Amino acid sequence: MLTALHFAIIAPFIAAVFVPFLYKKFSYIHTGWFVLAVPTLLFLYFLQYLPITANKQTVTAVADWVPSLGIHFTAHVDGLGLLFALLITGIGMLVVLYSIYYLSKEKEALYNFYTFLLMFMGAMLGVVLSDNLIVLYTFWEITSLSSFLLISYWYEREKSRYGALKSMLITVMGGFAMLVGFVMLYSMTGTFSIQEIIASANDITSHNLFIPAMLVILLGAFTKSAQFPFHIWLPDAMEAPTPVSAYLHSATMVKAGIYLVARLSPVFAISGEWLWLVAGFGLTTLFWGSFSAVRQTDLKGILAFSTVSQLGMILSMLGVGAAAIHFDSMEDNLYVGATTAALFHLINHATFKGSLFMMVGIVDHETGTRDIRRLGGLMTVMPITFTIAVIGSFSMAGLPPFNGFLSKEMFFTAMVDITSFHLFNIDNIGIVFPVVAWIASIFTFIYSMMLVFKTFTGKMQPEKLDTKPHEAPFGMLLSPIVLISLVIVFGFFPNILSYSVIEPAMASILPSLLGEGEQFYVDIYFWHGWTIELFMTMGVIGIGTLLYLSLRKWVAMYQVFPDSLTLNHVYDQTVVGVERMSSRLTGSYMTGFIRDYLLYIFSFFAAALVFVLFNKNAFSIQADLAPISVYEVILAIVLVSTAFVVMFTKSRLKAIIGLGVLGYTIALFFVIFRAPDLALTQLIIETVSVALFLLCFYHLPHISKELEKVRFRLGNLIISIAVGVTVTLIGITANSSRLFESISGFFPEASYDEAGGKNMVNVILVDFRGFDTLLEILVLGIAAIGIYTMIKLRLAGRNEL
Amino acid sequence: MKSNDVILQTTTKVVLFIILAFSVFIFFNGHHEPGGGFIGGLMTASAIVLLMLAYDLEMVKRILPFDFKVVTAAGLLVAIGTGLGSFLFGVPFLSQTFDYFTFPVLGELELATALLFDIGVYLVVVGVTLTIIQTIGEDQ
Repeated sequence: MLTALHFAIIAPFIAAVFVPFLYKKFSYIHTGWFVLAVPTLLFLYFLQYLPITANKQTVTAVADWVPSLGIHFTAHVDGLGLLFALLITGIGMLVVLYSIYYLSKEKEALYNFYTFLLMFMGAMLGVVLSDNLIVLYTFWEITSLSSFLLISYWYEREKSRYGALKSMLITVMGGFAMLVGFVMLYSMTGTFSIQEIIASANDITSHNLFIPAMLVILLGAFTKSAQFPFHIWLPDAMEAPTPVSAYLHSATMVKAGIYLVARLSPVFAISGEWLWLVAGFGLTTLFWGSFSAVRQTDLKGILAFSTVSQLGMILSMLGVGAAAIHFDSMEDNLYVGATTAALFHLINHATFKGSLFMMVGIVDHETGTRDIRRLGGLMTVMPITFTIAVIGSFSMAGLPPFNGFLSKEMFFTAMVDITSFHLFNIDNIGIVFPVVAWIASIFTFIYSMMLVFKTFTGKMQPEKLDTKPHEAPFGMLLSPIVLISLVIVFGFFPNILSYSVIEPAMASILPSLLGEGEQFYVDIYFWHGWTIELFMTMGVIGIGTLLYLSLRKWVAMYQVFPDSLTLNHVYDQTVVGVERMSSRLTGSYMTGFIRDYLLYIFSFFAAALVFVLFNKNAFSIQADLAPISVYEVILAIVLVSTAFVVMFTKSRLKAIIGLGVLGYTIALFFVIFRAPDLALTQLIIETVSVALFLLCFYHLPHISKELEKVRFRLGNLIISIAVGVTVTLIGITANSSRLFESISGFFPEASYDEAGGKNMVNVILVDFRGFDTLLEILVLGIAAIGIYTMIKLRLAGRNEL
Repeated sequence: MKSNDVILQTTTKVVLFIILAFSVFIFFNGHHEPGGGFIGGLMTASAIVLLMLAYDLEMVKRILPFDFKVVTAAGLLVAIGTGLGSFLFGVPFLSQTFDYFTFPVLGELELATALLFDIGVYLVVVGVTLTIIQTIGEDQ
C-alpha cells in the first residue's frame, strides 16, 4: 500500500508534470516560485521524523511492486536516510530560491530546467530512502539521467553536451556494474532488502561472490562520487548552470556514492579489502583533487576539483571508520570517531561548498567571467559576496572558528589513530594515511586562498570584464547567506546536530556496536589540547601560506605532465575508438535492404533452433498424427499455389493480391481449427494490410529482376527450405511429445472463475497477461510514431533543401 | 486523383455503419465471445479505411477531425491509468475485477474492469492503424 512516505518520495515527480502548465499559464510569475514549494514542504515533512530516528526508531513502509521477484517499493527512514533526505530537500530549497534570481524568466527554458530539477530531487530521495536494492538502482539511474539533462541544459553549447555525455557514460557504466553487484548480493542472501542483507552480513563474508560483489558495487559508488580515476567527469559537468552545480555537486548527486558506501558499510566493512579500497581511493582522490585544483584558472574548475578532493576525504573517513566494526563494543574503540567526522564533514561540506558555488555564480553573473586571471579587486564593489567567499573558503581550508576547522581536526584525528590499528597491516604502512592527508590539506589551503584573494583582492581590471561589476540583488544573496550562517553556527555550536542528526546516522552505519538502549558518544569541541592534530593544522597554515605566496614560482611544475598522459585524453580516445569501431561494425551489416535483414533473421532462427533442439535431443516424431480432412487438403493446395504465384509473378499487383489470398486462407485454417478470435483478427489484418499496400502502390520501385542472380536465388532457396523444415519439425515435435498435462482444461475454468469471462483468449489478453498487452500496445504506438516521423520528417527535410 | 466511383461510395455509406456497429458489438462482447479491444479496434479502423478508399483522405479528415496520434496516446493513457488505478485499492498493478449488476430493461449484466483496459487497447489500435495509413497515404 502506498503511504504518505511513498508520496513524499514521488512528490517531486508528480510536481514535475505540472511545471510546463504552470510555466505556460502563469508566464508572468517566475516558475521557480511554484517549484520552491516542493522542497520546502518536503523539508518540513521530513523534519517530523527527526525525533523518531533520534530515538533509534525506524519507519518502514512497503508497497508491492514485483512481489514475485522480491522487489518492493520499500521506503525506509533511519538516521542515515533522514540525514540525506534533509540535505536534499534543505539544500534543494535554497538552490531553487537562488535559481529564481539566477535564471532569467524571459531568456531561459525554465520549464525544462525545473522539470529536470524536480525529477532529480525525487530520484535522489528515492536513492536514500529505498530499502530495496533494485528500487535504489532504478532511482540511481534516474539521477544519472536527470543530471545528464541538467548538465546539458544549455544544449546548444558543445561543451555542455560533451560534459553531460561524459558524466552519463561514466556514472551509468558504474551503475551497471553496481547492478551486477546487487544481483550477486541477492544470490548470496536471497533478498533485495538492504536491512535483511545487513542482518545476514556475517554469513556471507566467506562466500565466493563476496569480494566480486564488493568490487563492482564500489565501482558504482566511486564513479558516482567522482573518485579517482573516475573524477574526470565532474570538472566537465561544470558546464551546467550554477544552481545545478551547487545542487548536484555540493549536496546531492556526488554524495549518492558516499551514501551507498555508508549504507553498505555494515555488510562489507568486516573485510580488510573494504577498509583498504575505500580509504585508499578516498585518500588518493583527496590528494589528486586538491593538487589539480591549484592549477585551475576557472573559479568553477577550482570548485570542481575541490569537490572531488573533499568527497575523497569523506570517503577515506568512512573507510577508516570501518575499523570500528572490528570491535565488539564501544569500549576503547578509537575508530568510531572517523564515522562521526565523515558525517559531520558531509554536512559541513554541503554548507560551505553550496555557498561557494553560489558565490561563484554571483561573480559570474555580475562580471561575466569566472577566470581568475581576469578577475581581481572585487572586494570593494561586492562586499557581501566577498564576505561569503571568505567564510566559505576559510571553512573549506579548515581554519577556525568555522565548521570546516572542526571536521578537519577530526579528520586528522582519524588518520592519526588508524596507525594504531593492529589488523590488515595498517600498523606497518598506516603512516601513509596521515602524511597524505596532511599534504592534501596544504593544497586545499592553497586553492581556498586562491578562491578568495585572486578574485577579490589586488587590482580590478574593468577593461577585461564583460560587464561593469556590482553587488548582486538581495534575493540572489539570500541562499548563500543562509548557508554561510550555518557554517558559522555549526562552527560555534557544533553539537547542535550531534544527537539529533549525526548520532542516529552513525547508528545506521555501525549497527553492530550498539547494544539495547546504548548510543554513541558524540561531542565536537574546539579546544582539544596541544595535540598532534593541532600541530598539523599549524603546519598546514604555515607551509600553505608560504606556498601560496610563492605560487608563481612553482606553478610551472604542472606543465611537466604531457597532455597525452592525462585521464581525459584516455577517455576521449576510448570514446572516439568505440564510436569508430561500432560505426564500422554497423556499416558492415546494415545494408538498408530489407531482404538482407530477413536473411539474418531467418538464418539465425533456423540455425539456432535446429542446433539447440538437436543438441538437447528434443526432436521427436511420432506417426499418430490427426487425420487430414478434405477441406484441409484443398486449403493447403490453395496456400501452396498462391505462394508460387507470389514468388514467380512479374506484376506487383498480382503479388499483392496473392499475399492477400495467402492471408485469408490462413484465416480459414483458423476457422477450421476453431480459433475464431485469431481468424477474425487475421481477416481484418489482411484486409487492412492489402489496403495499405494499395495505398503505397504508386511509390514502390519496379520489381527489378536483374538483382535476382542464380547465386542469390540458391541462397534464398536453402534458407527458405531450412526455415520451413524447422517449423514443420517443431510443429510435429510439439504435437508428439506431450511432456506435461495439457492446460487447455485449466484456462476455460480459470477464466470464468477468476475473471468472469467465457472467452479465454480475451481473458488471457486483458486479465491474466494484461501487462504483456500493455507493452504490446506501447510497441504499436512507438511503431506508429516511428513511421510518422520517418515519413513526415523526411518530407520536411526535403522541403528545406 | 480519386475517380468518382458511385457504386462504391453509395455502398460504403450503408456498409460503414454496419461495420461500425458490429465493431462496437464485438468490442463489448469480447469478454465472453470472440472479440475484444484488439479486434474491435481493427474493425473500426478497417471501416474508416473503407471510407478512405471510397472517398479520399481529405474527406475523411473532414468527417473525422481527430489527430490519430492523440487517439493512440489517449489509449495508452487509459490502459496505464487502469493499471495505476488498482493501486488505489491496494492491489498490484493491472489487477482486474468484475461483478454482476442488474439494470433496468437489460437485466443482469456483468461489468468487468477489464473492459476499461480494453478501451485503451481499442483506442491504441484505431489510432495506430489510422496514423500509419494516413501518413503513408498523404506521402505523395
